[in-house]
Amino acid sequence: MIFPNTAIKERVVSLTLTIFAFSSLVFLFLIFLFILIEGLPLFFKVGLKHIILGFKWAPTRGSFGIFPMIVSSCMVTVGALLIGGPLGLGCAIYLAEYAGKRGRMYLKPSLELLAGIPSVVYGFLGVVYIVPVIREYLGGSGFSLLATSLVLGIMILPTVISISYDAIMSVPRSYREGSLAMGATKWQTVYRVVIPSARSGILAGFILGMGRAVGETMAVIMVAGNALKIPSGVLEPLRTLTSNIALEMAYAGGDHRMGLFSTGVVLLIIIMMLNYIANFVIRRRVLK
Amino acid sequence: MAWYRPILLAGIALLSGTCSNSYPRQAVNNRFTVNIAGSTSVMPFSEKLAEHFMLDHPTFAINVQAGGSTAGIQAAVTHTVDIGMSSRELKGDERALTVIPICYDGIAIVVNPLNPVASLALSQVRGIFNGTIANWKELGWIDRRIDAVSREEGSGTRGAFEELVMGGDTIDEATMVQDSNGSVREVVATDPYAIGYLSLGIVDTRVTAVAIDGVKPSPVTIHEKQYKIVRPFLYLTMGTPGEAAQLFIGYVLSDAGQSILLKEGLIPAYDFS
Repeated sequence: MIFPNTAIKERVVSLTLTIFAFSSLVFLFLIFLFILIEGLPLFFKVGLKHIILGFKWAPTRGSFGIFPMIVSSCMVTVGALLIGGPLGLGCAIYLAEYAGKRGRMYLKPSLELLAGIPSVVYGFLGVVYIVPVIREYLGGSGFSLLATSLVLGIMILPTVISISYDAIMSVPRSYREGSLAMGATKWQTVYRVVIPSARSGILAGFILGMGRAVGETMAVIMVAGNALKIPSGVLEPLRTLTSNIALEMAYAGGDHRMGLFSTGVVLLIIIMMLNYIANFVIRRRVLK
Repeated sequence: MAWYRPILLAGIALLSGTCSNSYPRQAVNNRFTVNIAGSTSVMPFSEKLAEHFMLDHPTFAINVQAGGSTAGIQAAVTHTVDIGMSSRELKGDERALTVIPICYDGIAIVVNPLNPVASLALSQVRGIFNGTIANWKELGWIDRRIDAVSREEGSGTRGAFEELVMGGDTIDEATMVQDSNGSVREVVATDPYAIGYLSLGIVDTRVTAVAIDGVKPSPVTIHEKQYKIVRPFLYLTMGTPGEAAQLFIGYVLSDAGQSILLKEGLIPAYDFS
């Protein structure tokens, strides 16, 4: 009596869960489709070369060059990595190898807290503290590549740390024991054995951190200055792909709107590439 | 079983409460609806006027939407809205619309209060923004780069600035860009070497408006047509608007409506006592 009823229930549950699982795929597909439908027509109209390699962005006068923004996005990403990479790796090494139970107990949750702070707060702190200090002591307006890199460098810390930490923790204990048994010091073990073994995971952490930096918008708008020129120094203002979309979204219509979606298409491709590389690096580690 | 019912009811009450904030419920279902759309610069003031108007006329629903001057003009042409809002003059075919200037807005050129430069020629402002004047030394101050701040492409304020100040020149690519009047003011208020432009209504004590060709921007100098960087805020209708729209426009142009605009830092379209 009960049996068929239960079987139906089971089927309903499994079907519902399947639908839920695939819905995320559907959303991804729809977002993709939407951005492409809105952004691609302009590529055909103006030409791929004039968008990707064009230097002039004046969408209300028919120029849609986003090359300076592509370069600027790359610059802040590298800048963020230069600041957040070593800091994050150092923190991950400390957490995994040196921190006692107590230290870990306090550090791990505070890192999660760092990840939970809204980006507008980072941007605000950047405007209030970092920008004036740069203007005062280094020159320029303060709204600059340097300020943006600093803010983003802090913002990518949680990503870099948590993935590097997992990679270091997954290095087998026997590697460390072997090294120590050979008479190596703790630092020699970490530097020569643990980090090389965890290399691909650490690299993946860096790449995903870069993905986070490329995609960040709000904080960047607030501290980057948003000038259209490719910055000629670390104290010059710049505009990234994301901030271009967010800045001009409010009033854009017609071709201008399409231009912003084209910016989105380029951004999507860059982030996909970064994610693909990260996945590739991680998978290689698993296969090894 | 029924323990959650009070919570549910409270939730529903809360939800309907927040909904009724945007549209007075009694007005949604009657025919006195006026749709207004267009310039984002005019929108906040239209909303304020609509709020006051709806207090006196509870059977009216005035819906104000942004979208930009061009979109507002098009919407008025196609009768999609009753009233279009524009912060720029009409051109070409658009002139078929009936133009009702509701007020004027001065665009002030602002610097940090620490900046001693109190007066600039219009050509100097153009030079700063097209990149030919890059150092404060050229304007009689210290040897320090000028941090010029502009608005983003598509903004009505930028459009008016380009038209009224830049002539045919384009704004230099190295110029910083902020996406609202408020952010421009924030940058100029914190950076002693910055210069920017924004709506006169937004100017406060944290920034100083410089005199242009010897004339300080103020409601008086704009009214007397001495200060030149002024743009109109226009209401646009296609032919004769509906009765409800007419009543609202009448209110905007009345002493009551104009004094609201004056209080917001704008310059009334008409003399009133």
